[in-house]
Amino acid sequence: MRTIEVDQITQAIAKMCTDACYYLSEDVYEALVAAGRKEESPLGKEIIGKIVENANISKNEDRPICQDTGMTVVFMEIGQDVHLVGGSLEEAVNAGVAKGYTEGYLRKSVVAEPLFNRKNTTNNTPAILHTSIVPGDKLKIKLAPKGFGSENKSALKMLVPADGVEGLKKVVLDTVKLAGPNACPPMVIGVGVGGTMEKATILAKKALLRSVNKRNEHPDYANLEAELLEMVNKTGVGPQGLGGITTALAVNVEYYPTHIAGLPVAVNINCHATRHAEVEL
Amino acid sequence: MAEVKRITTPLTKEMSRSLKAGDSVLITGTIYSARDAAHKVMTETLARGEKLPMDFTNQIVYYLGPTPAKPGDPIGSAGPTTAGRMDKYTPTMIEQGLSGIIGKGYRSEAVIDSIKKNGVAYMVAIGGAGALIAKSIKAYEVLAYPELGPEALAKLTVVDFPAIVAIDCEGNNYYEEGQKPYCKI
Repeated sequence: MRTIEVDQITQAIAKMCTDACYYLSEDVYEALVAAGRKEESPLGKEIIGKIVENANISKNEDRPICQDTGMTVVFMEIGQDVHLVGGSLEEAVNAGVAKGYTEGYLRKSVVAEPLFNRKNTTNNTPAILHTSIVPGDKLKIKLAPKGFGSENKSALKMLVPADGVEGLKKVVLDTVKLAGPNACPPMVIGVGVGGTMEKATILAKKALLRSVNKRNEHPDYANLEAELLEMVNKTGVGPQGLGGITTALAVNVEYYPTHIAGLPVAVNINCHATRHAEVEL
Repeated sequence: MAEVKRITTPLTKEMSRSLKAGDSVLITGTIYSARDAAHKVMTETLARGEKLPMDFTNQIVYYLGPTPAKPGDPIGSAGPTTAGRMDKYTPTMIEQGLSGIIGKGYRSEAVIDSIKKNGVAYMVAIGGAGALIAKSIKAYEVLAYPELGPEALAKLTVVDFPAIVAIDCEGNNYYEEGQKPYCKI
């Protein structure tokens, strides 16, 4: 049994919030630079150049890449031999988010109640926390501030088995076309297939946390990712939707067993400011 | 690509009508930021027959909710937000005399009709380039609705603020024109 003080989690989360918002991860940065070289549209090329310049300013001056510093999504893998002490896990996570967003000059974008009053909670809490219990005595935290320009353009479709691969492709294509400039392309696209309704959406979100240059380990899904990327880059949407061959930097697909009658497909769109951070305690 | 057009505010209708879809522009002067919540409050104010906190004649509204400024800075990161969320309120705001709008993304038919009818230029800035765009913003002053935090109505002093005309007053739409040559599906 290993003991971890929940305050360690608070401190780690606070730092991850600012790190993720200030420093574009290397995989996304490199993918943008490579896309800028390949882009055929002169305006598209210029836009990608500005996006890279923006990432450099953020990194060098500790500034948020984007003013939408998002709602904070946290995936936590907790080893079953870990004993958390010193308070509630959920409160510790939210204390970290509040600290990171307040001390790091990040925008507080969360309202306490969605429909009637929409009052800002003023510290960006609560986070969206997904936990899983895994073997071992480590605690792994993955954090992704999720902007809503792209979140709003995400979709869930409950396909049937007969729809198959073509059905999935159509869902991805329709979602990307509908998203267009609103989702701040070049996008990163997370696809979750299988499971149940809620499982598919969580898989799509998890897919966004995978590096843009890592393909699915299953060869069929790796091929599918390549085909989907080629397909969305033929839409012509391009950087910022103003035309070009770079609509997406990557399509990451995650799958899970599903019911004999179903084929749930979730598409979670992310903007070019695909931010994620990871630590192990 | 067309050459860069420099524009200064206030943006006369003569000037806004001269801007063409696809033009790159650099804006210098004063622009005003407002997004969802401020638009909602302003249209409700007008519906009650009351006056707005400022005169929007020949002014430019920027759909923005910035991050808080770090000590010594006028503003934090300050890129555009999705314009489509303001579609419901935009024709009413255009009737108040607006000549320019800066945001990102598609607009509704009703907004495009209003843009054409009133000679407005819909411009877009690079979404997600908030740190870069902030370099062209020299001052930020909240004018009304401070309780809305980053959604307050504010006055921005800008020098060479970079934008691209997406929809011009003739209804030419650069999202459509720009994408067409690269659409292969």
